[in-house]
Amino acid sequence: MRLISASVVAFVLGLSVPLLALEKAEQTSDVQTIVNKANLVAYYQGDDGKAKVKMTITDKQGQKRQREFNILRKDVEDGGDQKYFVYFRLPADVRRMTYMVHKHADPQKDDDRWLYLPALSLVKRIAAGDKRTSFVGSDFLYEDVSGRSLEEDTHELIHTTDEFFVVKNVPKQPDTVEFNYYNVSIDRKTYVPMKMEFFDKDNKLYRVIESRKVQKIQDFYTVVTSVVSNLKTGSKTEMEFTNVQYNMNLGDIFTERYLQRPPREAMR
Amino acid sequence: MIRSEIIRRLLATCLTVGALLPAVAPASGDNADESFFSKLPIETHGFYEIRAGYRLQNDKYEKDMSIMENRLQLDLFSYLDWGDLKFKGDFIGDLVEEQGDFDLREANIFARPTDYMDLKVGRQILTWGTGDLVFINDLFPKDWQSFFIGRDTEYLKAPSDAAKVSLFGDWANLDIVLTPQFDPDRFISGQRISYWNSNLGRTAGQDAIVHTNKPNDWFGDSELAARVYKNIDNYELALYGYRGFWKSPGGQNVTMTQATFPDLNVYGASLRGSVAKGIGNLEAGYYESADDLSGKDPLVNNSEMRYLAGYTQEIGRDFTLGVQYYIEQMLDFSAYKRSLPSGPARDRNRHLTTLRLTKLLMNQNLRCSLFTYYSPSDKDVYMRPNVNYKVSDSLAVEVGGNIFFGDYPNTFFGQFRDNTNMYLGLRYSF
Repeated sequence: MRLISASVVAFVLGLSVPLLALEKAEQTSDVQTIVNKANLVAYYQGDDGKAKVKMTITDKQGQKRQREFNILRKDVEDGGDQKYFVYFRLPADVRRMTYMVHKHADPQKDDDRWLYLPALSLVKRIAAGDKRTSFVGSDFLYEDVSGRSLEEDTHELIHTTDEFFVVKNVPKQPDTVEFNYYNVSIDRKTYVPMKMEFFDKDNKLYRVIESRKVQKIQDFYTVVTSVVSNLKTGSKTEMEFTNVQYNMNLGDIFTERYLQRPPREAMR
Repeated sequence: MIRSEIIRRLLATCLTVGALLPAVAPASGDNADESFFSKLPIETHGFYEIRAGYRLQNDKYEKDMSIMENRLQLDLFSYLDWGDLKFKGDFIGDLVEEQGDFDLREANIFARPTDYMDLKVGRQILTWGTGDLVFINDLFPKDWQSFFIGRDTEYLKAPSDAAKVSLFGDWANLDIVLTPQFDPDRFISGQRISYWNSNLGRTAGQDAIVHTNKPNDWFGDSELAARVYKNIDNYELALYGYRGFWKSPGGQNVTMTQATFPDLNVYGASLRGSVAKGIGNLEAGYYESADDLSGKDPLVNNSEMRYLAGYTQEIGRDFTLGVQYYIEQMLDFSAYKRSLPSGPARDRNRHLTTLRLTKLLMNQNLRCSLFTYYSPSDKDVYMRPNVNYKVSDSLAVEVGGNIFFGDYPNTFFGQFRDNTNMYLGLRYSF
């Protein structure tokens, strides 16, 4: 008797509390769901994955520079910590250099980063850096590649069109970044972020990242071509992903052993 | 002028190796859009470099040209089902020494025979320890001559002919390196860099090239180095052991005509991990000069303790600062002092600080860096400024210097005062 009444109470409470809360917080919980989903789609597809990446940096004068590297990723937890290898192939002077990151989702905790320099056979520990720094000299920033923690911004759903949710993101600590805010257009069907527009301190658009090509790979929507344009410098970088593979069941390979000699999966 | 015989033989060897490898390596790459060359089972890379440098002052014992060479590095890599093959060698035309030369940097086989073991056998570059251009437990050969005349920092590490076995366990990991025949440093001999000669009581150079009596027996004069290491929550802890010889001359024979490499055992430890906003490291080592445990023999180095503490942090966008403090402590100083024949004595403790500043500019294509050693006890300084610009993905140009100051002619860096030089380099990578 007692047991039954207790569970009835729980059932009623369980239903009524969210209903009450929902009315007040519909806007925020909705946008939170959207950004959470978009974050998982953009950075956490599958439990692990690999890709061959080709970057083309084109400056204002039209001079091109190439970067080629392979990425191996493993999620410690969906939406949480991750581990990465970046294995450089081009340009020739950085060939075989390997970069390892243990990324921490907690914004208070710096990522752990290592670099292996094969010519010196040296495993170097790299001091945590400004995440708004260029990644390998391209227009992509370190944070564009590894993902910006959702907790660093407040999110507001400013438009809903037939195709997109448009979310405005305002940094909680504006003095740590170079932008005032950025808008992300998220595909309503796939939750893939299709466009990010960054506005400077004068609210002028100065930087755009676009997903140019999206493919479904092993049931996961994947951006295979993206382009970032810096409207201030006139420079742009195109990033192409090939040989994408998910759920390879990668073991615990994100260690010094494999930093010095990457697993064969990373080399091919 | 050029030792064409040697070069011809080496070229022939390379061509033979090159011809054999495709036959044994499996065909790789079935990607249709990849070029024919990327399908070859041998990855061929390398660079061609021209480097020129001059002394900024007159040196009685050396040429004005500190470096004048062109260099072709070939880097060949191939893999089979059971392992990887690596060959890397430099063909050098050296106008300072007026000869052609070949420096085989790497020629080794790497295999991963089991889940818990890696194996690398052959000529290889080896490094461990936590110091930045300061070494305590890394007793693999260094090339100080290349370092001081302005070659790329890559050349500070000289190759070892060794077998490295790595074992990986849940509790810890173990590396063991056996070098069957002693590989000394490419130390300062007077050939390219003038130095303090204590026997002569003055600076010397090409007029007094250091002759050595090197332990040379295969297996009899071997070196054994080991490291046990473990990562605890991304704090890297390591213990080291070494049994071999002082890597640069650490003594001389009774007639004082030959420099020697006395027996040396080293035991040490290191720790590296996040500290505040940066990376901190601590390292220490006990250098047991096994041929003179009492420290009384004036012809053999004293035993020493060596300590290092370092810290690196990004202090601005693409701007990194690194500082280190290092101490060398002689353990039998009074015995050393008592038995010292004549001439200026060393201090019991040598204190050394280092400062590294690195700034990247122009989309990280321009790198400006300055590494400075300063010893408050020796009152000497060694500065390594360097500016490197990547003109394109394959072409880089650099300017740099090796600048020595010192109050005394016999201190570690002060003795190289007349070797201060500037260099210019141009490198095409492929």
